[in-house]
Amino acid sequence: MEASESQGQLWEVFIQSKPGQAFKHVGSVHAYDKDLAVENARDIYTRRGEGTGLWVVPGKEIVAVTINEAEYFFEPIDEKIYRHPTFYDLPEGVKQM
Amino acid sequence: METKLNYYLQIADNALILSHRLSEYSSHGPFLEEDLANTNVALDLIGIAESIYNECARIEGKGRIGDDFPYRRGEHEFYNCLLVEQPNRDFAFIMVRQFLTDAFNFYFYSEMTKSKDQFLQAIGFKAIKQVTYHLRRSSEWMIRLGAGTELANGKTQFALDTLWRYSQEFFVASEAEAAMIKAGIGVDLEVVKELWFQKVREILYMSHLSIPENQFQLNGGKQGKHSENLGFILTEMQYLPSKYPEAKW
Amino acid sequence: MSTIAPSKEQLLAEFESKIAAEMKIEPRDWMPDEYRQHLVRQISQHAHSEVIGMQPEGNWITRAPSLRSKKILLAKIQDEGGHGLYLYSAAETLGISREQFIQWLHVGKAKYSSVFNYPALNWADIGAIGWLVDGAAITNQVSLQRTSYGPYSRAMVKICKEESFHQRQGYEIMWKMMEGTKDQQQMAQDALNRWWWPALMMFGPHDNESANTSNAMKWKIKRESNDQLREKFINKTIPQAELIGLKVPDANLQLLDDETYKHGDIDWNEFWEVVKGNGPCNQQRLEHHKRAHDNGAWVRETAYVAGLNQK
Ligand SMILES: [Fe+2]
Ligand SMILES: [Fe+2]
Repeated sequence: MEASESQGQLWEVFIQSKPGQAFKHVGSVHAYDKDLAVENARDIYTRRGEGTGLWVVPGKEIVAVTINEAEYFFEPIDEKIYRHPTFYDLPEGVKQM
Repeated sequence: METKLNYYLQIADNALILSHRLSEYSSHGPFLEEDLANTNVALDLIGIAESIYNECARIEGKGRIGDDFPYRRGEHEFYNCLLVEQPNRDFAFIMVRQFLTDAFNFYFYSEMTKSKDQFLQAIGFKAIKQVTYHLRRSSEWMIRLGAGTELANGKTQFALDTLWRYSQEFFVASEAEAAMIKAGIGVDLEVVKELWFQKVREILYMSHLSIPENQFQLNGGKQGKHSENLGFILTEMQYLPSKYPEAKW
Repeated sequence: MSTIAPSKEQLLAEFESKIAAEMKIEPRDWMPDEYRQHLVRQISQHAHSEVIGMQPEGNWITRAPSLRSKKILLAKIQDEGGHGLYLYSAAETLGISREQFIQWLHVGKAKYSSVFNYPALNWADIGAIGWLVDGAAITNQVSLQRTSYGPYSRAMVKICKEESFHQRQGYEIMWKMMEGTKDQQQMAQDALNRWWWPALMMFGPHDNESANTSNAMKWKIKRESNDQLREKFINKTIPQAELIGLKVPDANLQLLDDETYKHGDIDWNEFWEVVKGNGPCNQQRLEHHKRAHDNGAWVRETAYVAGLNQK
């Protein structure tokens, strides 16, 4: 066992707070396998009834884009404003659209 | 003025005509994710072209609007390079054309941020973010096409062999371009060319592809002498404004 | 872990009480086979509709009359592709792959909305599609945000947000054309004439003739009936048409005392013919999709192989 693994690997925890809602990242836990990861996540992140659903994902499987790359990776907010409804004119008298 | 306008149009036309080819490919992609990605590139390029055309209308000061440049000019008044008007023969052609252009755009717009011309400088800063991503994406694709299956490698090498003859026109300065470079406004093509070759060699090496032996080059686009393709592109693009010149849309 | 497996009756009772309590069903939850099958059919059909729907509009991208309209149209069609993607993903949570869904589409086992089997003939059609076809789709999708299947509902929430500009851009095109030259006005009216009835048909057969409606309503997959949704759409849309000087092509249209409209008879023969494959563009749309898919096979293959080498 490598020293870094003596505490188990890192798992990222996602919780669904209400049925029907999207799963949200809440934090991470250490664990040696997926069953333990689920159990650890339960004991750490759902002690106050936070969840109706829970996922754990091995941290090393996550592919990330970081703030360093953000400048060219993410669309600036003021580009392509035509994707927003307020870009369009409507004649007076249209109630809702 | 004439010279500057000509130089601006050259840049805008490259972006516009390539975006036209990419938009023809909408709903023809190999899978949905790719269809969406391809559209994003097209949208970025139209955005760049549009900003430049609007500026052209402004500096010309003859009452034309930005859209008059794409929609109401003849073939011989378009100054894009021949490469970007080449058709979508298959995904390999699309991606090779894209990669060669993205690599050019990346270094071209990077250099443009140093231009003495404030407008071009601003366009450089706006475009560089977008073309950085374009180059990253088409480079990744080149590697997957070249270093994946044998079939894909063959198709991609064929596309490269076919399109290579249009690849050096980027670096042959037109008259207007030479004047702009001299004035410290235009982008120094020698700098771009060297960096471009480095990048292209690096990615082709990783893709198990090679630069074709036949180094013969075709050009003329920058002088308004095009391949047969451009006529069809414009016929389609300009159809409504030509048919209904009075209409506003 | 050792728990006594609950009986099927218990599972069903639990499922039904969840539905009654407006709780969402999630992929790993137990669900009746019929519920699963209904979802597979409905969500995949919905996904296919988004994707096939890219074609009639796509046909005008290269001819869009201004750079502004070209960008808008491209972005809109791109959104529709994205909607297809979200919906395939939601359907995949039911254990069937995207490739399988596409196969079923190609062999005719899966359907898509018939409205996309009509041609887009002039630029105003792009307006009419956004205004009417997206308008009808939105009416349905807003209601589906409350559907009982979690992944479907979440996809709908995201889709409805993105849809918010689609109808406006379409209506804006129609409005500008109605303010324009005679030719433009004629094109706009012509487009409305051709798209009005297909848009009404998008909601499906009348409630008393719709085989799929009752179970879907019971399980809250569908939240409002075909006729309810159609009425909503008509009442919203007719005033919009009149405001810009367009005439809805329905000689028997009546304005009722409560300010709602009663439409004339829908030609259900035409509807069923198009469903059966005899619409003006059925073959063309399916062949286009097949061709793109087949032409892309070597690309997917090399991406897959290269992906293996990467690991
Ligand atoms: Fe959609
Ligand atoms: Fe839409």
